[in-house]
Amino acid sequence: MTIVNFTPYAALFGGALIGSAAAILYLFKGRIAGISGIFGGILLPDKTDLSWRVVFIAGIIIGGFIWNLITGEGKNITAAVEPLWIIIAGLIVGVGTTLGSGCTSGHGICGISRFSPRSIFATLTFMATGFISVFIIRHLLG
Amino acid sequence: MKLFIVLVSGILFGLGLSYGQMIDPNKVINFLDITGTWDPSLAFVMGGALVVNIVAFHFTSKRKRPLIAGETFRKPSKQDIDKPLLIGAALFGIGWGIAGYCPGPMFASVSFAGSSVWLIIVAYSVGTLVTKLVIKYINNQKIKTDIA
Repeated sequence: MTIVNFTPYAALFGGALIGSAAAILYLFKGRIAGISGIFGGILLPDKTDLSWRVVFIAGIIIGGFIWNLITGEGKNITAAVEPLWIIIAGLIVGVGTTLGSGCTSGHGICGISRFSPRSIFATLTFMATGFISVFIIRHLLG
Repeated sequence: MKLFIVLVSGILFGLGLSYGQMIDPNKVINFLDITGTWDPSLAFVMGGALVVNIVAFHFTSKRKRPLIAGETFRKPSKQDIDKPLLIGAALFGIGWGIAGYCPGPMFASVSFAGSSVWLIIVAYSVGTLVTKLVIKYINNQKIKTDIA
């Protein structure tokens, strides 16, 4: 194992911003900041529940836009794999987060903060299969 | 005003993902590559988010209602660890490891990261929508058989 590109301070501060965002949404709106759940509710919407979801996702897009405007570092972001793998990965992430009721934000951050057994279990599971997935692709196949 | 707070929360979320560099799929894959070129940063992002959120949740959970009038706290009601949770989380991890994208960073980087992000958002949306429709269909069938 070699440790590369480790950015602990940026990571902690970025994480604190994400945590604050989730805390604000729950304190004011009573909603869990789970991106897959919020976005899923846009794709197959209930009657009364659509507008805040669209606004929240728009906020995330604007947040990234502002960051790129200030730092100009967005151009350095490149895909890790070929388009075919991107499509396969996207499909699997869609199926998985919908079936498993959450992703890194809903289970990993909000759920664990509430000490939810389901979220702790889900987070350990997707971390484990994530490690296995990368191990197979990079070290067995690659 | 109600939606303004939601917008602020979303912007902070997007800034946090970007500043923490979680919008870089190569960085995310390096986090998952413990036996190779390991980058522990993602654990620190989660740690930072958890510390803030655990403290905030501790105080928020003492309230009866959220600050916006007319809203209620909507925590997930399910408690049991069931098969869909296991299979879903396991699948999500596999997809996450393949391309280095979980849903949040897709949206945070869509304004600057080029066509691969659009591609994954479309694929992710298709996967989500199809699964939602299948779950809805199965639940409807269950209701029908229960009545019959």
